[in-house]
Amino acid sequence: MVTQITSFGRSGLYDWMMQRISAVVLSLYTIFIIGYLLLHPHLTFEQWSALYSSTWMRVFSLMTLLSIGVHSWIGLWSISTDYIKPTGIRFFFQALCGLLMFVYIVWGIQVLWGL
Amino acid sequence: MLVSIYRYNPEVDDAPYMKDYQIDLPAGKDLMVLDVLNLLKAQDPSISYRRSCREGVCGSDGMNMSGKNGLACITPVSQAVKNGKLVLRPLPGLPVVRDLVVDMGQFYKQYEKIRPYLLNDTPVPAIERLQSPEEREKLDGLYECILCACCSTACPSFWWNPDKFVGPSGLLQAYRFLADSRDTATQERLSDLDDPFSVFRCHGIMNCVNVCPKGLNPTKAIGNIRTMLLQRAT
Repeated sequence: MVTQITSFGRSGLYDWMMQRISAVVLSLYTIFIIGYLLLHPHLTFEQWSALYSSTWMRVFSLMTLLSIGVHSWIGLWSISTDYIKPTGIRFFFQALCGLLMFVYIVWGIQVLWGL
Repeated sequence: MLVSIYRYNPEVDDAPYMKDYQIDLPAGKDLMVLDVLNLLKAQDPSISYRRSCREGVCGSDGMNMSGKNGLACITPVSQAVKNGKLVLRPLPGLPVVRDLVVDMGQFYKQYEKIRPYLLNDTPVPAIERLQSPEEREKLDGLYECILCACCSTACPSFWWNPDKFVGPSGLLQAYRFLADSRDTATQERLSDLDDPFSVFRCHGIMNCVNVCPKGLNPTKAIGNIRTMLLQRAT
């Protein structure tokens, strides 16, 4: 048993499951957006803003935003523990990733709700 | 035929180097790579490598032959030669002791970690612990591992974290004891594996399956461990 305090859920199984669930959400969102753009070739600002003002779309988008955060954190954490051996640099890299993801999520929520 | 061998004697050499040997192979015969090494050893007695049973049972002569891990004793030269040249290197990722001999310490440590023996806290029966043919069948494809380390040293996850990731060989053995009806420590064994490294560093690239000289499938065993962990946790 290797105890890790910086991984996402501290349990290998939990991280693995979250990685897969978030991947499913991300692919559904990608397929939806591509499909929407294909079905609306002459998309107007009104249509686009109507889409994003509906509650279900905001829920779906927020879920995707959180999934990006979780997915990239687990992925980058794995990569950093594989390739960055000096503890100081690895910790700095992980902290930077964590900070970036936090900023992106808060910023994304602000964009989504247009606050 | 041209044979290029990785040479390193830490007492003499500053750094490892590749040495080329020219050898005439007997016509009309497909020798095994180990036979070629034996012929070369007669030419240059300083070449070091491990070998024992010479029939793919002991797992001593695991090495990297023209880029692919395998047992030298059961790999025909015709299969290992690339562009008319046979390149022999030690198993990747493990410290080299000398020439083709590697220090297997890290590999054995991971094997030891999964407790490769039956754990059973029920009273010992008078004769033996019986298994039904179906229960015994579950161990097929698992117990045959000869610990040659070809799989684990072909795995990038094992290269980067040999101290934390158990590796395909160790995990195949871990599942061998998880699947055994006579073992009662299943929950304990699973708890020991549920961290981000031991099992989950496997990203399923199947290098292990590609090189296993016994044709075993560690990736499938790892998948089964994941399923067991998931069943227990949901």
